[in-house]
Amino acid sequence: MNRFDYIRPSSVAEAIEAAIPGSALLAGGTNLVDLMKAGVARPTRVVDITRLPGLDRIEWLGDGGVRIGALVRNSDLAHDSRFARAFPAVAEAVLSGASPQLRNAARLGGNLMQRTRCAYFLDTASACNRRRPGSGCDARDGENRQLAVLGWSEHCIATHPSDVCVPLVALDAMVEVAGPNGVRDFPLDGLHRLPNATPEHETNLAPGEIIVGLRIPGDAVRYRDHSRYLKLRERTSFAFALVSAAAALEFDGDRIRSARVALGGVAAKPWRALDAENVLSGATISEESFYRAAAAALAGAAPSGDNEFKIELARRLVQRALLVAAAGTPDVMPALPASPFSVEMRVGESHVA
Amino acid sequence: MSLCIRLIINGEPREIALDDPRITLLDLLRERLALTGAKKGCDRGQCGACTVHVEGRRINACLALAASLDGASIVTIEGLAQGEILHPVQAAFIAHDGLQCGFCTPGQIMSAAALIAEGHAGNDPERIRELMSGNLCRCGAYKGITEAVLEAQKTFASAGRKDAA
Repeated sequence: MNRFDYIRPSSVAEAIEAAIPGSALLAGGTNLVDLMKAGVARPTRVVDITRLPGLDRIEWLGDGGVRIGALVRNSDLAHDSRFARAFPAVAEAVLSGASPQLRNAARLGGNLMQRTRCAYFLDTASACNRRRPGSGCDARDGENRQLAVLGWSEHCIATHPSDVCVPLVALDAMVEVAGPNGVRDFPLDGLHRLPNATPEHETNLAPGEIIVGLRIPGDAVRYRDHSRYLKLRERTSFAFALVSAAAALEFDGDRIRSARVALGGVAAKPWRALDAENVLSGATISEESFYRAAAAALAGAAPSGDNEFKIELARRLVQRALLVAAAGTPDVMPALPASPFSVEMRVGESHVA
Repeated sequence: MSLCIRLIINGEPREIALDDPRITLLDLLRERLALTGAKKGCDRGQCGACTVHVEGRRINACLALAASLDGASIVTIEGLAQGEILHPVQAAFIAHDGLQCGFCTPGQIMSAAALIAEGHAGNDPERIRELMSGNLCRCGAYKGITEAVLEAQKTFASAGRKDAA
């Protein structure tokens, strides 16, 4: 770890002033401290924002929506019963990520801002345009079976690792930021950037801007009875997504009035699938209609290496997520959140020998 | 740069001068305060051997900068037993062979004590396994660990206690 100055501001205004170029914001530290140990992040100044007042609250809004402070812990969000009832796919996504220890430390703002887990990004001996612009991309000819199939470029094929961002982007969540020029908000879909020729520009935050909160509009509550997040991993628990999908449905009789679909683990940003949503509008529940929607979601997909399998895997996972969402949000959180193994299991039966 | 932080460690208030903000809670406990119960396994938040309780929450001590925890109350494995009386989770790990080499055990026990206090597992072994997934055991004592957590949880339930952690 390189040496750094440690500053602990006590107001958002002080934090913005302290966040000079070269500094990093510290909240839970579960990603930043790890990256600093690896030498991937080398901030000259660490601005500890954990004491900023008022950012650790979950506040309900007049429209039935919710405002989540940037410092709310993952575990506190997922286990807030009112929140989990209103936005069950978000709670399931949070509980499918990392471990209980990490969820206790990690905060919402940091989850949004976490960096890719591409092995070449994390290995300072490898070429990586995202970490060192212009150095190349060793992932292109490397171990790339887990990497992007949507929105990638020849410069970078990394994926964004967040689970919670996937249902959040499906539900039209808004990010609230404060910066040198005041406060503003914008859709979460506009936070992360696709790599194009400048993968080092990971987000659309301006210099000095700090995420202070996130809003889910009350409009999104209408999906609460038919909302799921499914996540395929190399192991059942404590692993990043190979592919994940959020599905949220609103029914009018036996027809779908409106649908929300997003994918994770497939691109450098949480991937909203508007084309799939359009296919689903007015459709009835069937494996065929759901597969058509899934096909629309992956219509622009292309392998970035040895990962063509992820495209069909993603189609089947979107279809499966739609089927389990149509079946209804479970009354209790599955024992293995977001795992397809949980869906198929009979009560009391374990897939573990 | 020098920084003075206050921590309450296993009930004892401490004032600690940090000469370097890079020190993690794990290194502070092990190298400065001679509390070597929390183990350094991966040092990257993946194995759980360094699990301690901060303000009643289980976290990985290896990923927490000590400076950032100024003012916090911390419980380590050294602070779990009441004198010579083992914590029910400690006793259950012995009774159920929840360990072989023992390296991961302090982290497993701190994690299990927090899991019981959190109260999300019920009596479902699958939920216990899922909620213990942040603690790796390379000897593969998982079966005994799950049984130990179930038994310790019953001990707390029958005693009407909620303060497992």
